[in-house]
Amino acid sequence: MSAQPPATPGRLDLSGRQYAHVDYDEKERLFEEVKGDLRFDEYLYGCYECGICVASCPSARFYDFSPRKIAQTMAREDVDLFYVFLNDSVWDCSQCFSCDVCPRKNSPGGVITVMREVAVKNGLASAAEALEGYGRVVYKIMSTGTQVSPDMLSANAFPDWGPHVEEIAKNLDVWRRALPPETMHTTETSWQVDDKTIIELYLIWHMTGVMDMIKEVDEGLFMILQDVMEEKLEDAGYDVSFD
Amino acid sequence: MIPHSALFNKAKDRNYVADPAQAPTEDYHDIVDELEKEGEWIVHRVPDPAIEVKNKYNRTKKIPVEKTWHHKSCGQCGHIPGYSTAVFWINRQLGLDHHDPSDQTSCTAWNYYASATSNAAAQAAVAMRNFAAAHETGYYPIIHCATSFGHYKETRQQLIHNPELRRQVKKILEKLGKKLIMPEEIVHYSEWVHAMRDRIAERQVVDMSGLRATIHPACHYHKLIGEDAIYAPEVYGAQRSAIITSLLQTLGIDVRDYSTWYDCCGFGFRHILVSRDFSRSFAVQRKIEVMKEEADPDILISHDTGCVTTLDQSQFAGRAHDRNVGLPVMSDSQLAALAMGAHPYKVLQLHWHSTDNKPFLEKLGIDHRRAWAEFEAVTDEIRSGKREYLTWEDCDV
Ligand code: SF4
Ligand code: SF4
Repeated sequence: MSAQPPATPGRLDLSGRQYAHVDYDEKERLFEEVKGDLRFDEYLYGCYECGICVASCPSARFYDFSPRKIAQTMAREDVDLFYVFLNDSVWDCSQCFSCDVCPRKNSPGGVITVMREVAVKNGLASAAEALEGYGRVVYKIMSTGTQVSPDMLSANAFPDWGPHVEEIAKNLDVWRRALPPETMHTTETSWQVDDKTIIELYLIWHMTGVMDMIKEVDEGLFMILQDVMEEKLEDAGYDVSFD
Repeated sequence: MIPHSALFNKAKDRNYVADPAQAPTEDYHDIVDELEKEGEWIVHRVPDPAIEVKNKYNRTKKIPVEKTWHHKSCGQCGHIPGYSTAVFWINRQLGLDHHDPSDQTSCTAWNYYASATSNAAAQAAVAMRNFAAAHETGYYPIIHCATSFGHYKETRQQLIHNPELRRQVKKILEKLGKKLIMPEEIVHYSEWVHAMRDRIAERQVVDMSGLRATIHPACHYHKLIGEDAIYAPEVYGAQRSAIITSLLQTLGIDVRDYSTWYDCCGFGFRHILVSRDFSRSFAVQRKIEVMKEEADPDILISHDTGCVTTLDQSQFAGRAHDRNVGLPVMSDSQLAALAMGAHPYKVLQLHWHSTDNKPFLEKLGIDHRRAWAEFEAVTDEIRSGKREYLTWEDCDV
């Protein structure tokens, strides 16, 4: 049986009907994975259900989204509702940590970080969907060590930022050379990063299993990254495989 | 029952001073030192001379003056390059020894908060690799991005409380030929600007006394591990973080309050890249319009990659929808450099910004047409091959 569409578009369906077809054991397994994360105990101490976090939350103003409901659900260990939030809510969070104002010393935003990671690690369709269009950013940061590079500024990517974006794109090479810091004459990375530094970064990705997470949500991106990284590592004398 | 006298006390009679002994959180300094004694890591000490400031719970934080290793920000260097250029330029003008490394990666936290395609061990290893790289040079890390700053504070917290994570990261760093190094303080560049504000003001050549400004403090600066942010009694009675406001007031600017000061900018990490309707709406409706209606500022000053980006770039779409926008945005480092006479295009690189800042420059008596012609003379020479780059010497005053 496939997932049902939400009852009202734009409204979060908390009935759990849409995930009735998912085994409770599977939901519980994911719930335990979130709870078992080393950060979890510092992110959630219970919940007064006071809503102070909601008052400070930017996402709650624009989406049907509530850090209180998420904290409350985790504290009450409501596994079915957890699964709804895991799929239909966590990607609305802005990760601003305004909710750290919580009088119970919770970090609902931190709980959400961990929930997102579990969604990615387990290849949930909702996570893959949330990350659609985001692949080039992941590629950039993982392969070059800097995230939003100058060459990402194009009118196509940022049509709503104004005509100066096109002006920047047109003059990119010259305007980068018209920057006084020597490290910033680059266009493909935000500053010049040493080869040795990049190799160390790839080794970190390798030793911490980050590439396995990418594989779960975007197989194509995984393969491109694998090619780039393995080749560079081999050139540097490392026999490392990401498979 | 609340005594009447308490209700009618004037604000000036209430002088709240936080007592470190009553702080609701442990002092990270003590634990960082303790773990060094136990051989868990080496603490990278803040070099002398250091300036002592106070954090949220009135504990002392040390800010290095020089010998600084500049942990750059990908969003600043990539899209608002005058931001970092201004930090370096101020250091250079004040004759301070500093280092701009190429053995530095981004903290990768923008991606961590946006896509969750990472984990605690990877994030801690990236942080500790950068800290070890700084230690090897003998220069002390100073963090340009508020998200890097917040994330590194979070990472420190996790490393302090999880021996297993420490062991894992130590092993990874050993494989990279590096030691586990924890800085004595995690320092944001705005804290350095705050600590150096009197020296900056001594070199002020542009009169800013007629200016009205609003500020936006970065969430990841003062909300994420919020105790480790600078507070000062002379700024909002130490009830709000002092950075930016303290600099502006020292430069003679009228800093005006507005009711959504605490609100985030709408950046959202993933939203600014793939879901910008949220970022635009929030930035315009909850920040820019409120500031304009309540404070009528000439300029908005912020101090983070995401905040400057969102608050500036979102206004173009707001204008198309006839919203009350048109407030130029820049960083505290850019404003400080401008006060010291920095070139608006060679140093501040204002052509990378979206919202029109020319009326603001005119108000300060700066001839932006001449300045742009000077900048274009340089780019023409680069284009024709007469010169390869703009250099620091070209930017000295
Ligand atoms: S998470 Fe904290 S602020 Fe939010 S409802 Fe629970 S106790 Fe209140
Ligand atoms: S971190 Fe997420 S849940 Fe917390 S205040 Fe920000 S948007 Fe809301």
